[in-house]
Amino acid sequence: MKSQISKRELVLGLVAAFGLIVVIPGLNAFTPESSPLHVSNFSINLWGQYLCLAIVAVGLDLLWGYTGLISLGQMLFFSLGGYALGMHLMLKIGRLGQYKSDLPDFMVFLGYPKLPAHWVPFAEFWFSALAVVWVPGLVALLFGYLAFRSRIRGVYFSILTQALTYAACLLFFRNELTLGGNNGFTDFKTLLGFQLADPATQRSLYIASAIALIAAYVFCRWLTLTKFGKVQRAVRDSENRVLFSGYAAANYKLFVFVAAAIISGVAGALYVPQTGIINPSQMEPSKSLEAIVWVAVGGRGTLIGPILGALGVNSLKSWATQAMPAYWPLLLGGLFMIVVIFAPRGIVGLGNQVGALLQRRKSEKTEDPAP
Amino acid sequence: MKREFLLTAEGVSKSFDGFKAIDDLNFHLEKGELRTIIGPNGAGKSTFLDLITGRTRPDTGTIEFQGKRLTGLREYEIYRLGIGRKFQTPSVYNDHTVYENILLGLEGPRGVWASLFQRISKACDDRIHEVLKTIGLESKAGHKAGSLAHGQKQWLEIGMLLAQNAELLLVDEPAAGMSDEETAKTGELLVSLAGKHSLLVIEHDMVFVRQLGSKVTVLHQGHVLCEGSLEHVQNDERVVEVYLGRKGKATHAAT
Repeated sequence: MKSQISKRELVLGLVAAFGLIVVIPGLNAFTPESSPLHVSNFSINLWGQYLCLAIVAVGLDLLWGYTGLISLGQMLFFSLGGYALGMHLMLKIGRLGQYKSDLPDFMVFLGYPKLPAHWVPFAEFWFSALAVVWVPGLVALLFGYLAFRSRIRGVYFSILTQALTYAACLLFFRNELTLGGNNGFTDFKTLLGFQLADPATQRSLYIASAIALIAAYVFCRWLTLTKFGKVQRAVRDSENRVLFSGYAAANYKLFVFVAAAIISGVAGALYVPQTGIINPSQMEPSKSLEAIVWVAVGGRGTLIGPILGALGVNSLKSWATQAMPAYWPLLLGGLFMIVVIFAPRGIVGLGNQVGALLQRRKSEKTEDPAP
Repeated sequence: MKREFLLTAEGVSKSFDGFKAIDDLNFHLEKGELRTIIGPNGAGKSTFLDLITGRTRPDTGTIEFQGKRLTGLREYEIYRLGIGRKFQTPSVYNDHTVYENILLGLEGPRGVWASLFQRISKACDDRIHEVLKTIGLESKAGHKAGSLAHGQKQWLEIGMLLAQNAELLLVDEPAAGMSDEETAKTGELLVSLAGKHSLLVIEHDMVFVRQLGSKVTVLHQGHVLCEGSLEHVQNDERVVEVYLGRKGKATHAAT
């Protein structure tokens, strides 16, 4: 990766950002439904969700592509962010729930006499918004500190992250956690006083997701340009050399792990009001594995690749789960295998791969002795 | 009368699953000295470097550097005291350019926060080019380290140590995989560094050891068999036996 941003990259980036933040929502808001250019409310909502998943992919690439840490539990942090905002959304339902009570429905159903004390501050949006950042960050900090200090590397680290998300999944399934058990949170009504059912609210959430994605991209891209980014890639390629060059590799890994967790948490918080539901199934290991596929398909170590991978694979998923729901896992697994075997650098790497192939053909031809 | 040593190892032992890799090792290195360690395979040469640099910890005994105990410190802490290490197999950052490899070796702050906001100053840039010139890789500055030949990678790693400006350089088989000409140049470089730095060189190639012309320590079965000039060492009966594998009446119970 070049150590400076080229003019071309800057222009392309600005065009993409303008398209995502201004043009697409503009087409939704200001064109008549009959226009061929019209973007439907359904599409805006769907693409808003995809953008959130793309944010996770960017964070995962920072871990996997740039630092060599394969996290198989990235959707845990996504879920924690989602739950943190979900608690606020639950409290804002007020008496509009099924049971017409001040308590969230599941609490009435489970016979809670009053709101548990740790729920009370989540009535404030700012408190919830902060929790979206610090809860995933703190979990990543504790887990990462222990794992990296104990020199847990490679596949062992991956397995532990998977175990972590699975353990959290089982924990969140339990009603005793006071977070809605297996039903999680749903039936949200308002956010900051705006009706979530209103297309304008959904459009704003889409825009917020697009801005968050671009911010995550810019942060990670900036990181790759700093000396930190160089050390990060050095850890990936030769951790011993890094250690014996005086860098505390564990601290660098911890920083990246926490940053990726926070990025995922923010994505989860934006995702939940757009899907209208968060429950423990989001923490199932298979969800995090899907995130791995997005990054692999798009091309790890490129930042733009994982975004394209997340958007592409999820579009495919939306189509496939309707057209042939039974075959989706097969399709996903097949796609992963094809990419790993034939295009290890993903979609973004394909151009280079084809170029190298042509180059080789050409040089072989010129090397052929004349008959 | 006690002399001041830069590096001392006293009564150091280290076992791996019952195998005594280092056995009651005593070793002293003076400031500015160039020392060569030789010994047959499995004599514990690389393990000794592992013990100094904190990769493994001794079971018993102490290792001190400038009067500071190294035992129990982490790799990067030991590095920060001024000990640099070149590995046996060249270990450079293949995906980084030659220039960036040296940059990452350059002395300076090593913390996470510092690395986020650090700029490459003119002085740093000059220093990097100076190092590249010393190791003869100036024309390769923009190339990826992965594209270098084996010998050039060895030099690049030595360059990273130079950039670090460490007090003590631990150099594990620097001439492995080099042509005769490259080997000679490497020897010149190491000899020229002595005095300003202290060096501990592990080597197999006897021509190269002769070129270094330093005091030689022979390791065998984890402890020092014999120490002195190359001539002295080569004429030592025990050394001949160890190297040629002759089973004689001579003993290797040196203590």
